[in-house]
Amino acid sequence: MESETPVATEGHEPIDASAEGGAVHATTEAHGGEEHSGAFPPFDPSTFGTQIIWLVLAFVVLYFTMSRLALPRIGGILADRKARIDGDLAAADSARQKTDAAIAAYEDALATARKKSQAIAEETRAGIQADIDSKRKAVETELSAKVAAAETSIQATKKEALGHVAEIAADTVQALVTQLTGSATADEARKAVAAAAKE
Amino acid sequence: MADPNKVDPIHQFAITNVFSTGEGGFAFTNSALFMVLTVGLIVIYMLGSTARRSVVPGRAQVVSELLYDFVANMVRGAAGSEGMKFFPFVFSLFMFVLIANMFGMVPFFFTVTSHIIVTFALAMLVFVVVVGYGIYRNGFKFFKLFVPAGVPVYVLPIVVPIEIVSFISRPISHSVRLFANVLAGHITVKVFAGFIMSLGSLGFLGFLGASLPLLMTIAITALEFLVAALQAYVFAVLTAMYINDAIHPSH
Repeated sequence: MESETPVATEGHEPIDASAEGGAVHATTEAHGGEEHSGAFPPFDPSTFGTQIIWLVLAFVVLYFTMSRLALPRIGGILADRKARIDGDLAAADSARQKTDAAIAAYEDALATARKKSQAIAEETRAGIQADIDSKRKAVETELSAKVAAAETSIQATKKEALGHVAEIAADTVQALVTQLTGSATADEARKAVAAAAKE
Repeated sequence: MADPNKVDPIHQFAITNVFSTGEGGFAFTNSALFMVLTVGLIVIYMLGSTARRSVVPGRAQVVSELLYDFVANMVRGAAGSEGMKFFPFVFSLFMFVLIANMFGMVPFFFTVTSHIIVTFALAMLVFVVVVGYGIYRNGFKFFKLFVPAGVPVYVLPIVVPIEIVSFISRPISHSVRLFANVLAGHITVKVFAGFIMSLGSLGFLGFLGASLPLLMTIAITALEFLVAALQAYVFAVLTAMYINDAIHPSH
């Protein structure tokens, strides 16, 4: 790799006077003022020292800033975001569960209320029915009692009226016979009527 | 010194001092400048975009979160949840290589990863971490990594050396893959862009002919963006896989 190391007498003589104050060139890493020392620059060992020193400095600074500041910060941001998204998702999930529970409770209450209202309606209907039935029964018994009373009174009246029929007929017969024959006793009329009734 | 009429595809890799305190002292090169810019951009972006810690992220924060998730899934996929201990390490490597490569795609910018020493240092870092953690966690069992399970004993004398060599050459392949891709790509772009210049200066027909390398340069530039991202990904994935070896050394 380092086969192209520059020859010892490379052209460093025209020293970068402004920078080096005319000092004679020595093999130091700080040297590199000359653009072409005859060697291929990437293989010029005189520049190795300074490059390594600056690389170490730069990389140490980079490493510590990244590992102590930048990367923990980004990691924190990402973790924060993940936690927040997870939290929001969990909150949404629990809210959804609450909604589901509320809907279930509502439907439950609705079903209970419906059942209750049906029971009440049923009960009311039964009550009314019983009321009506009892009233009807009372009215019917009353009516049938009245009918029975009326019937017995009709029966009595009829019996009574029928009891009078013979008397009336005898009276009528006596009157008729009296008119026709001029004389008839009540006793004779009654006997005649009774005879006619037997036939 | 680059001749303005001559295109030098190597010039872009030259290391120059931005400033220096003198011989043997402190030097700040263009390479160092771009390492600092790379790290600065990553730090500012990752911290700035997440400063508000929004639960509903904005565009900038989404990019940061995507990068985080991308690398986290990569590490988890390759090395399991135990490998997440190394997530910041892999993330830093991935971002460093990615942004350094992307900076390299900007014209006149220096590409940090085009220098073998940088990629090799990163690969050695991975190697040392893997070996160190593997021995720390598994003790002697870590060396079971070189003895594949289910291999007949009489084959082991052949297999074990192969496994050892392939393990030791990991930092080389790991670093050279990234370095060579970036280097070759950048040189190719520069060479084709150079053809445009050379042909274009040849008069009218040359001017017409220059459109071919122009199209080529555009296509290769697009390809280079792909390579820049892909090689960062490959580097990170291989790191995660090597870390998996450290955690679970038995094949």
